[in-house]
Amino acid sequence: MATEWPQTRKTGLADALRGAREMADQHYGIWSWIATVDHKRIGLMYGVTAFIFFLTGGIEALLLRTQLVVPNAGVLNADQYNRILTMHGTTMVFLVIMPLSAAFFNLMTPLMIGARDVAFPRLNAFSYWVFLAGGIFLNVSFFTKNIFSGELGAPDCGWTCYSTLSSKAFSPGHGVDFWALGVQILGIASLASGFNFIVTILNMRAPGMTLFRMPLFVWMTLVTSFLIIFAMPVIAVALFELIFDRLFNANFFNPDKGGNPLLWQHMFWLFGHPEVYILILPAMGIVSEILPTFSRKPLFGYPFVVFSGIAIGFMSWGVWVHHMYTTGLGTVANSAFGISTILIGVPTGVKVLNWMATMWGGSLNLKAPMMFAVGFVAMFTIGGLSGVTHSVVPSDYQQQDTYYVVAHFHYVLFGGAIFALFAGFYYWLPKFTGKLLNDRLGQIHFWLMLIGFNLTFFPMHVSGLLGMPRRISTYSEGQGWDFWNLLSTIGAFTIATSILVFIINFIYSLRRGEAAGYDPWDGRTLEWTIPSPPPHYNFEKIPVVHARDPFWHEKYTEDEEGRPIPVVAGAANGHENEGQEDHGGHGIHMPSPSYFPLIAALGFPIMATGLIYDYALVAVGAAVLFVGIYGWALEPATEGEEA
Amino acid sequence: MTLAEYRRRGGVEPAREEENVADADHVEKHPGPLEYAQIGSILAIITGVEVAIYYLGLAHALLVVGLLVLSATKFSMVVLWFMHLKFDHRLFSTMFILGFILALSIFTVVLATVGGKLV
Amino acid sequence: MAQAVGTAHLETSTGLDNRKLLMWLFLGSECLFFGSLIAAYLLYRDRSVSGPHPGDLFDIPFTSVSAFVLLMSSVSMVLALAAIQRGNVRGMQIWLFTTAVLGLLFLSGQAFEFTEFNHEGLSLSTNLFGTTFFVLTGFHGAHVTIGVLILLSLFTVSLQGRIQQKNSLNVELAGLYWHFVDIVWIVIFTLVYLIQP
Repeated sequence: MATEWPQTRKTGLADALRGAREMADQHYGIWSWIATVDHKRIGLMYGVTAFIFFLTGGIEALLLRTQLVVPNAGVLNADQYNRILTMHGTTMVFLVIMPLSAAFFNLMTPLMIGARDVAFPRLNAFSYWVFLAGGIFLNVSFFTKNIFSGELGAPDCGWTCYSTLSSKAFSPGHGVDFWALGVQILGIASLASGFNFIVTILNMRAPGMTLFRMPLFVWMTLVTSFLIIFAMPVIAVALFELIFDRLFNANFFNPDKGGNPLLWQHMFWLFGHPEVYILILPAMGIVSEILPTFSRKPLFGYPFVVFSGIAIGFMSWGVWVHHMYTTGLGTVANSAFGISTILIGVPTGVKVLNWMATMWGGSLNLKAPMMFAVGFVAMFTIGGLSGVTHSVVPSDYQQQDTYYVVAHFHYVLFGGAIFALFAGFYYWLPKFTGKLLNDRLGQIHFWLMLIGFNLTFFPMHVSGLLGMPRRISTYSEGQGWDFWNLLSTIGAFTIATSILVFIINFIYSLRRGEAAGYDPWDGRTLEWTIPSPPPHYNFEKIPVVHARDPFWHEKYTEDEEGRPIPVVAGAANGHENEGQEDHGGHGIHMPSPSYFPLIAALGFPIMATGLIYDYALVAVGAAVLFVGIYGWALEPATEGEEA
Repeated sequence: MTLAEYRRRGGVEPAREEENVADADHVEKHPGPLEYAQIGSILAIITGVEVAIYYLGLAHALLVVGLLVLSATKFSMVVLWFMHLKFDHRLFSTMFILGFILALSIFTVVLATVGGKLV
Repeated sequence: MAQAVGTAHLETSTGLDNRKLLMWLFLGSECLFFGSLIAAYLLYRDRSVSGPHPGDLFDIPFTSVSAFVLLMSSVSMVLALAAIQRGNVRGMQIWLFTTAVLGLLFLSGQAFEFTEFNHEGLSLSTNLFGTTFFVLTGFHGAHVTIGVLILLSLFTVSLQGRIQQKNSLNVELAGLYWHFVDIVWIVIFTLVYLIQP
């Protein structure tokens, strides 16, 4: 790997691009990141970007909680509150949890199935750049009004953007336009990665890695990807309808012309409920990897966990009306969807039981990843149970649009997804940074976050049942909500402190963390058979898989009572993936870096801006997209043959 | 371009799942130009029949059923022959049918709950 | 259509080509896209509070001809594939070009229809019919346009001799997309034009 800056030849765009590409070919410098098609680098970029958005969304949450700390607080006015609330929800769903899951899909899937990269490396880079473009586009909306005089230009329709709150009449300005177009762009990114990971998982597995030998995380990636490719088109159409209504005076949600605002709710939740599982299934996958490793036992009931995941995937299409019980769809619809909602609790419960049975009788190693994983199981179960209470129609009539709902979905999305994602950080980041995160700081982070989380969201169950509506920007005294809101705000700042601990830990560990080595956790799956960080080609020699948990079986055999006994070194019977000698990767042909995915991705925000401000820009954006796609299609995809 | 191209298997035969291995010479089973032309004519005739039915002035229910059946026939013929699903690997059909059935069923339910009518 | 450079034979876990699998997944996903649009049309089909209504505007003989044109373009598309799979580059070029021309013919028919409707007082914002009709058929038209671009690109590349029997997959993938656009029109033709409330 030469680290020389390529000689600059004559100026000119073509030469500049060629120079950049040569630099990228050598895995060196800024251009090697911009033009990268390496799944690990893309995964890291996904992770870092999403984490920055996590901090943004977190600051928004702190602003909201500060406003609600006492009745009639004057921190934010109603308009600012609405806009920040909308951005908090949208950011956390589309810019944090989804892309953080995507970061793990990228980082882990090829390693876990024994592949050198994903099926379509450039498509993968494209999906990252589109995500970044969409995220920035969405947040730029803040600045479309005079932010210095306290006016925010962000959307104000809530993350569900219900019609007719989203119509031009009730939301003038460009906030909702930015929202609709921004989410549309993010959808393109998700679709691209959805297609890519399905093909990767079905087609790129190492020899012997049959479907039922795949790690659970890979299974959940597969199910999630299917949900993405089938759910995203639905929200795409809904967003197009909203965009046409707002920008071209169409009538989809215009009651004056007979349009039905409920159509939006149907479309949104048709997408929205599968989306809920798009957010939580990857988290379940992460936890299903961590619990067995730190219990030193195989996952209990592997097929049940797999099939529960698939069942959840299918059933998630049949429960959307439980978001709409109070819209008057009638008893038949409400009862049917109430039943289906209760039923979807069954496969979820199966998973929880399997996780607990995995830990049962294991020799538990309570390192930070394990703590977060156990925290996930506990918090997610609470959130799941309050979810079941929503399925009961009459009870839901009372809870609809109260803080009880806010409590519920934060228990599944924060207590669930975010806890699992942090578990994933502690577990897998050392593989890519080469440095272990400090466990003591990790424990402090965990306990602060667990306490802060429960302090924030548990009281919301109470304030909700006391009748506090969600989305209100303030409340008056004497309704019994004051104390619970105070608790929630204290909790929110406790969470913020815990995140600070994590950031300190991350920076500290990068500098002086313990070296991770190949296999810091005595892992079970293929990613631990290669160095940390892995070489860009991942596997010197593609492994051959003989069993589920292949690496474990290479390291351990069992005695009569099923206890693991280490295999004597060198006695492994013909396992191919031993002895990863480093030949520097010569002779391994990896896909060439390319800047065309980035160029193509740039087309979307330009087009979107054009739709809002000036149609001439739409043509410019389309031209950029064209250049990107044609360059992409016509460039050779592989590094040249080398001796 | 795919990575699979330059994956080195280290001389090891990839362990394929038996039932999933695509038929390498499935191209041979594809129909020839003549058969395609025949299918094309059938499609053209069906389209003619559809238009004829439209002008026939049948009872509305009958018209709807007739047209739906004819259109489903055209749809299936294009998918099965022109898009080769009849001759191709099952996995391809699964992917497509999954999307198709999903769309059909959820939107039927949406139209039923919101009160949309076909007839 | 991301990759025009051919891949002869791949070794994948299922033995199936990555790109073809991607294309079928994409088409499965597109079912949901057009499903949503068609559902919106059906939901609103008789709810326009003012005219013009479909019955006032539709010109069934005209639309039947353009439906026929698109259908025949599917035939020429599959003939292009059959030609290249047998190594007949010339035949493929002729049929690819025919397909693109038929596609363009369909598009001009649609442009004519849209203009006519507009003259008779139907725009995107006139009523629910205008909204749902133009958006549904417009998105279909956009798909046809992209299809024509793909076909013309393939045609151009093939003139340089870069499409041969061994990379006939490029034609096959373009064909899958093209046939899908055609079957969507089969559905639209029946549900929107022929079956009116």
